[in-house]
Amino acid sequence: MVSIEFKGIRQGILVTLPDAGEWATIQADLAARIDSQKEFFRGANIVLQVGKRSVRRHELDSLITLLEKRNVVLTGVLSEAATTQGATRKLGLATDLDELEVVSHRPADVPETHAQQPTAAPAMNSEVQGADAVLIRRTLRSGNNIHHHGHVIVLGDVNAGAEIIAGGDIIVWGHLRGVVHAGANGGLDAVVCALNLEPTQLRIGSLISVSPAKRRRRPQPERAYIENGQIHAEAWKP
Amino acid sequence: MTGRVVTITSGKGGVGKTTTTANLGVSLALQNLRVVVIDADIGLRNLDLVMGLENRIVYDMVDVVEGRCSLRQATVKHKDYPHLYLLPASQTRDKTAITPDNMRMICAELKEDNDFILIDSPAGIEWGFKNAIAPADESIIVTNPEVSSVRDADRIIGLIEAEEDPVRSWLIVNRVKANMVRRGEMLSVKDVVSLLAIKLLGVIPDDDVVVRSSNEGIAVTGKTREAFDAIARRLNGESVPVDTYENGGSFFGRFLKLFSN
Ligand SMILES: Nc1ncnc2c1ncn2[C@@H]1O[C@H](COP(=O)(O)OP(=O)(O)OP(=O)(O)O)[C@@H](O)[C@H]1O
Ligand SMILES: [Mg+2]
Repeated sequence: MVSIEFKGIRQGILVTLPDAGEWATIQADLAARIDSQKEFFRGANIVLQVGKRSVRRHELDSLITLLEKRNVVLTGVLSEAATTQGATRKLGLATDLDELEVVSHRPADVPETHAQQPTAAPAMNSEVQGADAVLIRRTLRSGNNIHHHGHVIVLGDVNAGAEIIAGGDIIVWGHLRGVVHAGANGGLDAVVCALNLEPTQLRIGSLISVSPAKRRRRPQPERAYIENGQIHAEAWKP
Repeated sequence: MTGRVVTITSGKGGVGKTTTTANLGVSLALQNLRVVVIDADIGLRNLDLVMGLENRIVYDMVDVVEGRCSLRQATVKHKDYPHLYLLPASQTRDKTAITPDNMRMICAELKEDNDFILIDSPAGIEWGFKNAIAPADESIIVTNPEVSSVRDADRIIGLIEAEEDPVRSWLIVNRVKANMVRRGEMLSVKDVVSLLAIKLLGVIPDDDVVVRSSNEGIAVTGKTREAFDAIARRLNGESVPVDTYENGGSFFGRFLKLFSN
């Protein structure tokens, strides 16, 4: 499989495609990656980074069709190649991240009122608009992976070797030792809370931190968040 | 009689599943219970060796499944313990020769006239493990007090819990070295239990006797025998305090209050 990278940015998900290789292959691989994490991508805005590659209009067209089938919206294509930029503009898509809105909540296909139907993305103001969350009432053990586009709440531990990737916040009512990624599609205001916060690795948005080497201390509830471009953890004081 | 089918498994290899199956089988048999131990490690069988029964094997589990002999013919009676039997794995054949349904059928039959059926699972989470866990009423997870083994144990517990009708899992911490725990160089039993969060069935010290007796095909003796005897009694519903073997010789403070019924 070719290497396709995903990164949460403020405008959605930045998908970096390899410079070389058949477009058809890359497109198929991207589709497979999306299919393997359906929940995570559903309703996402994505921006492609194609580097020097010249991508033609019909190639973009076929990609868009493929993405639409998966409920993913292509909002822009970043490239240094003139052909690509031209094709992108013809399709009315952005060629620069600054042209794009920062996504607070995802697509327009979500009805305004949706008592039954959950939204496809964590809303910036979830108290007003509602947002999806999953509640997991058990301990996540090594090998368990949870990917969810909204918030994830675990009543139990998250053991080393388990992984949670959430579009929104992650709350662990227990001991967090595994890998967690909150705000995975760029939400810099996402937080991670745990009764005992000792993750193998903690990511919020595009930032990564690791737990300090074994501190022998009394476990206390903590909250991790981003401030001044850095992940901080502080004791939870209600 | 309705026997209990207990699968001994671990995820990681070499942590002491076979040792545990053989010696727990002996302890239960010594308590006058009828026990069959099953080697589910097809292709890599060694439970017969550890139990000193290699030269008595005529048929194996694949022969039973393929109709070449009856279940009774394939089970080998132990030379020293009249209540203990072994159902050997096949040495050479393809491991897919046995299916989870075969295992369920064999165990259903053995349950009728035995108190315990102990299944020695192969390492890993593949075919052999699936066969071993399929007929289980309970499982014993064996781990060493060491990060990678605990991680794999956690994985296995997760897989068992994800089953439709999950069986209860017990924990055995094997190869505890008192001096290393005291120096903080090894995970303590308490650390392991708090991480895996399943019921502690017992602790077995690291003991040279294990290697010696496996090589000779006899049951362990001394403090490790006591550890297995205590585990057998707990498995059988008795309330026996757990010795963690973390404090060497000193008697006081040797018992951890981890066990409660
Ligand atoms: N408590 C112990 N003290 C010392 N040595 C031990 C102890 N338990 C097991 N061993 C040794 O560790 C080795 C592996 O043990 P064993 O064969 O029982 O593990 P296993 O989990 O069945 O391995 P496999 O995954 O290969 O089937 C053997 O040499 C055994 O003698
Ligand atoms: Mg073995």
